[in-house]
Amino acid sequence: MERRYTSATIKRLLNYIISHAKIVFVVACICILISTAANVIGSMFIQVLVDDFIEPLLLEKNPVFTELANMLLMLAGIYLIGVICTLAYNRLMIKVSQGCLKNIRDDMFNHMQALPIKYFDTHTHGDIMSHYTNDTDTLRQFISQALPQLISCSVSVIATFIVMLRYSLILSLLVAVMSVLVFVVTKFIGGNSTRYFISQQFALADINGYIEEMIGGQKVVKVFCHEEKAKENFVKKNDALFGEAQHANKFANILMPVLAQIGNLQYVLVAMIGGYLAISGSENITTGVVVAFLTLSKSFSMPIQQISQQVSMVAMALAGAQRIFNLIDEEVETDNGYVTLVEVKEENGQIIETNEHTRNYAWKHPHGDGTLTYTKLQGDVRMFDVDFGYEENKLVLKNVTLYAEPGQKVAFVGATGAGKTTITNLINRFYDIDDGKIRYDGININKIKKADLRKSLGIVLQDTYLFTGTVMDNIRYGRLDATDEECIAAAKLANAHGFITHLSDGYNTMLTGAGAGLSQGQRQLLAIARAAVADPPAMILDEATSSIDTRTEKLVQNGMDSLMHGRTTFVIAHRLSTIQNSDVIMVLDHGQIIERGDHDSLIAKKGTYYQLYTGAFELE
Amino acid sequence: MVKKLMKSIREFKTESLQTALYACLEVVMEIVVPFLMASIIDKGIYGGNLNVLAKLGIAMIICVLLGMLFGLLAGAKAAKAATGFARNLRQDMYFHIQGFSFSNIDKFSSAGLVTRLTTDITNMQNAYQMIIRIAVRAPLLLVFSLCMSFTISVKLALVLLVMIPILGGGLALIVHKAHPIFEQVFDTYDYLNSVVQENLSGIRVVKSFVREEHEKKKFNKVSTDLYNKFLKAESYVSLNAPLMQFVVYTCLILVFWLGARMIVLSGGVDLTTGQLTSLITYAMQIMISLMMLSMVLVIITIAQSSCERIVEVLDEKSDITNPQNPDMEVTDGSICFENVDFGYYKNKDIYALENINLTIPSGATVGIIGGTGSGKSSLVQLIPRLYDVTHGRVLVGGKDVRTYDIETLRDNVAMVLQKNVLFSGTIKENLRWGDENASDEAIIHACKLAQADEFIQTFPHKYDTYIEHGGTNVSGGQRQRLCIARALLKKPKILILDDSTSAVDTKTDALIRKAFREEIPDTTKIIIAQRISSVEDADMIIVMDDDKIDSIGTHDELLKNNKIYQEVYKSQQKGEE
Repeated sequence: MERRYTSATIKRLLNYIISHAKIVFVVACICILISTAANVIGSMFIQVLVDDFIEPLLLEKNPVFTELANMLLMLAGIYLIGVICTLAYNRLMIKVSQGCLKNIRDDMFNHMQALPIKYFDTHTHGDIMSHYTNDTDTLRQFISQALPQLISCSVSVIATFIVMLRYSLILSLLVAVMSVLVFVVTKFIGGNSTRYFISQQFALADINGYIEEMIGGQKVVKVFCHEEKAKENFVKKNDALFGEAQHANKFANILMPVLAQIGNLQYVLVAMIGGYLAISGSENITTGVVVAFLTLSKSFSMPIQQISQQVSMVAMALAGAQRIFNLIDEEVETDNGYVTLVEVKEENGQIIETNEHTRNYAWKHPHGDGTLTYTKLQGDVRMFDVDFGYEENKLVLKNVTLYAEPGQKVAFVGATGAGKTTITNLINRFYDIDDGKIRYDGININKIKKADLRKSLGIVLQDTYLFTGTVMDNIRYGRLDATDEECIAAAKLANAHGFITHLSDGYNTMLTGAGAGLSQGQRQLLAIARAAVADPPAMILDEATSSIDTRTEKLVQNGMDSLMHGRTTFVIAHRLSTIQNSDVIMVLDHGQIIERGDHDSLIAKKGTYYQLYTGAFELE
Repeated sequence: MVKKLMKSIREFKTESLQTALYACLEVVMEIVVPFLMASIIDKGIYGGNLNVLAKLGIAMIICVLLGMLFGLLAGAKAAKAATGFARNLRQDMYFHIQGFSFSNIDKFSSAGLVTRLTTDITNMQNAYQMIIRIAVRAPLLLVFSLCMSFTISVKLALVLLVMIPILGGGLALIVHKAHPIFEQVFDTYDYLNSVVQENLSGIRVVKSFVREEHEKKKFNKVSTDLYNKFLKAESYVSLNAPLMQFVVYTCLILVFWLGARMIVLSGGVDLTTGQLTSLITYAMQIMISLMMLSMVLVIITIAQSSCERIVEVLDEKSDITNPQNPDMEVTDGSICFENVDFGYYKNKDIYALENINLTIPSGATVGIIGGTGSGKSSLVQLIPRLYDVTHGRVLVGGKDVRTYDIETLRDNVAMVLQKNVLFSGTIKENLRWGDENASDEAIIHACKLAQADEFIQTFPHKYDTYIEHGGTNVSGGQRQRLCIARALLKKPKILILDDSTSAVDTKTDALIRKAFREEIPDTTKIIIAQRISSVEDADMIIVMDDDKIDSIGTHDELLKNNKIYQEVYKSQQKGEE
C-alpha cells in the first residue's frame, strides 16, 4: 500500500460504497452505533452491579432484590435493542456491499468494452481476470466484514477511553502506552506477514506458470520420457513456495495470540499498579475504581485487537480497489467520428435515407455548414503513405500505399511479422496509424464513427472465437435479428451445414469452452457462416481457411466466392492456392509492399512471389 | 478419501502434533489466566494485601508470557505443518500426473489439472491449518472453560451448559442452510468469470461485429443474478452475529441475576465478585470457541469439494503400465498392425480406428494421407504405446508393444506430435530433451539434418537463444524443425512425424526428407502430411479415410487407382503451398 494514492483511493471507494444506497448506509451506520452502545453499556454494567447493588446489599440484613430486577430488566431492554440493531445492520450491509460490488463489476465490464484493442494486446488475460476475481473478493470481505467492524470497534474504543479518563488519568495513561505497544507489534508482525505474502504470491505465480507449461505439454513430456526431469524442476519451485508460504502464514498466525496476551498483560499491570495505588492510598483511587477499570481495560483491548486483525485485510482491499480503479480509469477508445452508415434507397437518382431494410448503404456525412451529403458505400479503400508501429520507434509498416477498388479481392502474402494482419487492424481502426491517410469511399476513416466503420467490414480471423451457446447463437452473433432460416442459409453457404446436422443436436448443439468439441477447421467454417449472416459490404479474411484441409477448402471455396462476389475483400493466407484468383496480390516484406499484381503477372515477373510459389521460400 | 490425503503429511507429522500440543498448552494458559484474574481482585485488591497482589501479579505475568510463547509456537508450527502438507500434497499429485498415460491426460483437461494443483491445494492447506490449530483449541477451550465454571458455581455453570446447544445448534443450522446457496453462488461466480474470459478471448470478434452493447447486456444479466444469489446466501450468514449476541446477552443477564443473589444471600461465601467476573470471562470464551467451531465447519465444507477433486486425480490409475518382465531391447524398426481396432472411450463402441492390418519393414519410408479426423494420428500413436489398442495387437521389432519396457520403447520410437511444444529455456536445453548427454556436435548434427542449424546460426545467441513459454519467439516452421531435431537426437529406430512440416516450405521439406534418406537409412520413417509433395517419394503411402485404411500403394499406383488420393492431388495442383 503506497501512501500517495491511499487517501484518494479510500475516498473513491467510500463513494462507491455509499453513493448507490445513501439512506441504507446511513441507517446501517446508526444501527452499528446503537448496537455498539448497547454492548459498551453492557460491559460496564458489571461495575454498576458490584458497586451499586452487591456491595450495599451485602451490608443489609434482609436484602431486597426488586431494584436489581428492575435494573436487569432495563439492561435486557437495552440488549434487545442492541441485538435488533445488530441484525438490522448486518442485513443492510449486505445490500450495501453486494450492491457496491455489482456496480463495480458492471462499471468494470462496461468500461472494458470501450477500451481499445491495444489494451487487450498488452495485458494478459489472467491479469485482467484477476480484477474480477481476487480484487473484487478482497473488496467483498472488506465491505461486509471489515468495514462494520472498524466502525463499531472505533466507537467502542473511543467511548471506553472517555469513560476510563473519568475514572483515573494515570491508569488511562498506562492503557494508552499499552495501546502504542499493540500498534508497534501489529506493525512489525503485520508488516512481515504482508511482505512474505507478497513474495509468496511471486513464488505461487512462478510455480503456477511452470505447472501450466508442463501440464500443457504433458504429452510431449511423455513422448520424451522426460518425467523425471520435469519432477526435478517442480520440486525446486515447490520448495521455494513452501519457504515463503511458511513465513507468511507464520506471521499471520501469531498476530492474534500475541495481541491477546498483550491485552492480558495490560490487565495485570492495571491490577498491580492500580492495586498498589489504592492500597497505599497515595492517589484518589479506591479499590472499586480499580476493579471497574479492569473491566474497562478488557473492553478497551478487545476491539483494538479486532482492528489490528483487520489491518492486512484493509491493506489488501485498498490495493485491490486501486487496481480496479486503474482499470476503470484506463483511457477508452477515442472516437471523434461523425460520419455514420445508414440504409438508403434511390429515388430519381437521389439517395434517400430510409428505415427499410434495403441492404443498400451510404455514408451520411454532416458538414460544418449544416448540410448533409450521402456517399454510396462501395468498398473503395485506399491507403496513402501509411506508417505504423505498435511500439514507438519500431515501425511495422513503412510507407504503405495501396488501393482496393469496389468489389476487388485483395490478397496479402508475406512471412510472419511482415505486417499483413497489421494492415487489416488499421482498416477497421483497431489501431490508429502514425502517419499517412486511409480513405474509405473517399472519406478519411478518422471521420467515420468506429461502430459504423466496423459494421461495414466483416471479419473472419484465424483463431476463430466461438462463444458459449448453441451453434445457432454463434452464427446469429453476426446479425442479432437474423432468422433461423437466414442462419441456416449462411451455414450452407459456408459449407458448414453438413457437419452441423451431424452434431448431437444439430443447430441447437451447445458449444462450450470456445467450441472445444469442434475441430479447428469446423470452427473456421462456423466463423465464415457468422460473417456471411452479417452480410457486410466489405470483408477481411485473415487466414480464415488455414485449418481446413485442401479438399474441404475447395468445397468452401464456392461458398466463399459467392460470399465475396461484389464485395471488396481483403484476404490473408499463407496457402497460395487460397489467394491465386485474387484481383490484386501484395507481397509484404518487413512492413513494405515489395511486389503487387495479379497471379499471372507476378509469376511472369519471377520475383519473390514466384519463389514462394515454386517453394523456394518458406511462409509461416 | 481423507486417508489418501493424510499420506502426504509425512515429515510434518511432528509439527502437526506439536501444533496440537502447543495449542492445548495455550488453552491451559487461557484457562489459568481468568482464574488468576479473579484471585487478584478478591485476594489482592479487596484483600488489601500488597504482598499477595505482587505475588499473584507476577504469577499471572509468567502465565501470560508462557501463553504468548505457546501461542507463538502453535502459530509457527501450524504454518510449517500446513504449508509443508500442501507442498507434499502438490508434489505427490504432480508426480502422480507424470505417470499418467495419454488417455488419463485426455480425461482431465489441462486447465482442470492446473486448478487442482493450485487453488484446490491452497484450500486444503487452509483447512489443514484450521484443523490442527483451531479444531484442537476450540473444543478444549470449550470443555476447560465449562469445567472451570463448574468449579466456581454449579448453578451458574448450568446456565452456560444450557446455552451451548442453543448457540451451537443455531450456528450449525445457519451453516447447513447457507452452504447449498453458497454452492449456487460460486457456480454463478464461475459463470460470470467465464463470461469475462470469453469476452477477453473474443474481444476482436466483439469489436468487429460491434457487439459491445450485446456483451454488456449479457454480463449485466449474470451480475444481477450473482447479486441476488449473494444477497440470499449472505442473509443467512448475517444471522450469525445477532444470534451470538442474543445468546451472550441472555447468559449475562441470567448470570448477573443469579450471581448477584448468590453473592448477597451467602454473604460472599458461595461466590465472590471476583469469581463472578471470571465466570463471565469463561462464558465469553465458551461462546468464542463455538464461533470458531462454526468457522471450522465452514472451511471444512469448502475444502470438501477440493478434497474430492484432488483425490479424483490421485485415484486415477495409469492404464498403461510396464509389463512384469519387460523387454529392454527393440531389435529393429519393423512395425506390424494385426486386426487392430481402437477407441478413445473405454466403455463406448465408438472407434477411431477399425480393422487395421499393416506391415511396415524396418527402414522403410511411409507416408500417410487423409482428411481431418480420418484416424491418421490415432494410428501412429499406437506405435510408441501412447494408447493401447482395444482389439488386435501392434508389433514393433516383431514383438507386441505391450511386452516392452515403456521407456525403452519410446526411446526407440521417436514421435513429433502434431501439437508441437517447446518449453521455456534455451534451444540447447530444449534439444537435450532428446538426449540429456548429447554433445554439442551431436546437437548441431541433428539440427543440420532437420534443416534447423541454418536459422539457429542467424540468431545472436545461436544455440543459447532463449525460447519463450510456448515457443512464441520462433516462427511456426522454425518450431517444427526444432521439434524434429529434438526427436532425432534420440537416435530412434522408428521416427514418426505427425504433420510436423506443415509450416515448412516445400524446398526445406524436401531437404529434410533427403537428409533422412541419406543419413538415417535404417530408421523407419512415418510421415503424416497434408501435402502430396511430402509423401510422394515414400516407399509406401497409406490413404486413410473414415477410421479405416482406404488404400496402400506408391504415389504412381495411388494416382492411378485411388479416388481420394486423386482428389487431394488435384486440389493441390493449382498452387502448391
